[in-house]
Amino acid sequence: MASSVISSSPFVCKSSKKDLGFSSFTKSSQISIHRCQKKSISRKIVSVMAPQKDRSPGTTGSVKTGMTMTEKILARAAEKSLVVPGDNIWVNVDVLMTHDVCGPGAFGIFKREFGEKAKVWDPEKIVVIPDHYIFTADKRANRNVDIMREHCKEQNIKYFYDITDLGNFKANPDYKGVCHVALAQEGHCRPGEVLLGTDSHTCTAGAFGQFATGIGNTDAGFVLGTGKILLKVPPTMRFILDGEMPSYLQAKDLILQIIGEISVAGATYKTMEFSGTCIESLSMEERMTLCNMVVEAGGKNGVIPPDATTLNYVENRTSVPFEPVYSDGNASFVAEYRFDVSKLEPVVAKPHSPDNRALARECKDVKIDRVYIGSCTGGKTEDFMAAAKLFHAAGKKVKVPTFLVPATQKVWMDVYALPVPGSGGKTCAQIFEEAGCDTPASPSCGACLGGPADTYARLNEPQVCVSTTNRNFPGRMGHKEGQIYLASPYTAAASALTGRVTDPREFLQ
Amino acid sequence: MAASLQSVNPTLSRNLSSPNNSSSFAPFRSPFLRFNSTTVASDFKPLVSFRNASSSSPFVTRSAAEPQERKTFHGLCYVVGDNIDTDQIIPAEFLTLVPSNPDEYEKLGSHALVGLPAAYKERFVQPGEMKTKYSIIIGGENFGCGSSREHAPVCLGAAGAKAVVAQSYARIFFRNSVATGEIYPLDSEVRVCDECKTGDVATIELREGDSILINHTTGKEYKLKAIGDAGPVIDAGGIFAYARKAGMIPSAAP
Repeated sequence: MASSVISSSPFVCKSSKKDLGFSSFTKSSQISIHRCQKKSISRKIVSVMAPQKDRSPGTTGSVKTGMTMTEKILARAAEKSLVVPGDNIWVNVDVLMTHDVCGPGAFGIFKREFGEKAKVWDPEKIVVIPDHYIFTADKRANRNVDIMREHCKEQNIKYFYDITDLGNFKANPDYKGVCHVALAQEGHCRPGEVLLGTDSHTCTAGAFGQFATGIGNTDAGFVLGTGKILLKVPPTMRFILDGEMPSYLQAKDLILQIIGEISVAGATYKTMEFSGTCIESLSMEERMTLCNMVVEAGGKNGVIPPDATTLNYVENRTSVPFEPVYSDGNASFVAEYRFDVSKLEPVVAKPHSPDNRALARECKDVKIDRVYIGSCTGGKTEDFMAAAKLFHAAGKKVKVPTFLVPATQKVWMDVYALPVPGSGGKTCAQIFEEAGCDTPASPSCGACLGGPADTYARLNEPQVCVSTTNRNFPGRMGHKEGQIYLASPYTAAASALTGRVTDPREFLQ
Repeated sequence: MAASLQSVNPTLSRNLSSPNNSSSFAPFRSPFLRFNSTTVASDFKPLVSFRNASSSSPFVTRSAAEPQERKTFHGLCYVVGDNIDTDQIIPAEFLTLVPSNPDEYEKLGSHALVGLPAAYKERFVQPGEMKTKYSIIIGGENFGCGSSREHAPVCLGAAGAKAVVAQSYARIFFRNSVATGEIYPLDSEVRVCDECKTGDVATIELREGDSILINHTTGKEYKLKAIGDAGPVIDAGGIFAYARKAGMIPSAAP
């Protein structure tokens, strides 16, 4: 049973009936009163019940219950032919990821529960990626990487992206950086699989059409020993994004728009499934940005149906066979939202919540102290390319300290090697230097979550920062009174140039 | 079940065939357990009472034949608002502490809720202290949102809190609370955080069917929702005990 929820913000009002999803209703359905207030932005959501979709009998003659993508992935992983939301099932895990912060704890629990001599369920299905507190003098942080090295040696773990020389990240051939970006780049993300990670932004991998979610140390310790986890099947909320993406808009704007619409608990315990012509036009990195912040809406996981873009990316990076799945036509969704992307504008999330949405242009009087471009959300190659493109178009210098932290070694290399389209062959690094940004730093999670006191670009004073990261709760980047505006790379770059929160159209049109 | 696990993990067969020194249904013994039946928490109000005094944890496992225990938590309340994210519960700079290490577990407790803004004048753990005087945390919507760090429920438990009563939870925090057994997550039906103040004395009684929160300072009682699907896992004593009970994994390691 699907219910459609229509938001009465202005851009939805202007769109056609088709965009509002009326085409999915039959004549017999009830249609609610659609409130379209042009003067004030009403946040009221009006709920409409759509009729049960018709089920066509299967070829065997029995009635086939449609499943969503997530339900199908979990059913297959639980070796069941059918699951419905609410089922508690034991699921086989394809990949377990952990990093330097949670890895020691997870392995500690694994050993305590399975024995000091226990072996992990499959040393080739565990990926250990130090990334959180790397370039720091903090002894405990450094020790945690050492602890992971010991575990990986003992367990013969195939994928351990180690770092030993903290003074020069390039001297570490195995070191990658931010786990979620590294997982994708190293070919560990595959359609149809179940990926768990001891990090809330593991949901990023849903961009590849797999079930990916974050778990704690205890659950991870359990998976280490068994390769299984007890999961409750989530219902799916559908987000259909259609229309042509404006040149000044990015996936970050889309997800901030959505979180602003449904709130930080709007998707709690649910799957967020993204589809539509706009989604199909997005690159893998943009899709990753979208799925990355699903957890900020409380979502259990995010998914995007795999297509040629997905397969092209994945097949270039892995030889492990995989089988994508797709939502059935008669699957049930618990809610449906439609957006006409062509009508959207750049947005920010104001302090101190990811759902505190505002139009970037309406915040132009907010004076800022710094800009941070980095993290799994906004520190990928395309994120830096976008920022460089805007800086180049503007031809100006930044007015505030602008910190750049590439997510991985590969991103760092791209920043220094790839030419930025339309710049006459300049690299991102050159453009950043000309604009007066800080030199791109060693790749890691960096200051996105504050970290040890000596973390590069940490907010140690109550300053105002525009950031391409994912959370802006009090104290997130360090100082409790720091004010963080979450934004797209375009918006962050534009803001750096003016010293105020700035809509990127000031430089991109 | 065991056979299927052997095919998943050949190394598990070694554990299955080797003798172990406990019954097939071993109690969940977390090294984080703060007290055993002989110790009594010193400056705090009595925190947990059981009918079965031999257990050393509210989440002790028991055989299927034993009746449901009545669990009681009693003490001071600490009241917070909506969307208390895990960065406020335990700021990232303290995540270098490894929860499975007993010393660092204690240190985590001392930093519990230190990330709350200055507007919270009364702090959860007094500066210089290792433990909290508050046994019950009262929250609003979406308690524990944000990062998946298990350090969050762990630090609350390490500090000495016993239960959270919130209007709603973020899922990873709720799941971690259940999996670790560190703190009992309970749902209220109304906005209890609006009617309670930090320092109120309260009792939580968990019963089959109707669990309640009694605020002795205001005299009001509130119904608490049933724990739902997490019940069997909590009652078993966490995910490992639950899995052992279900035959999914072998008995506790020797």
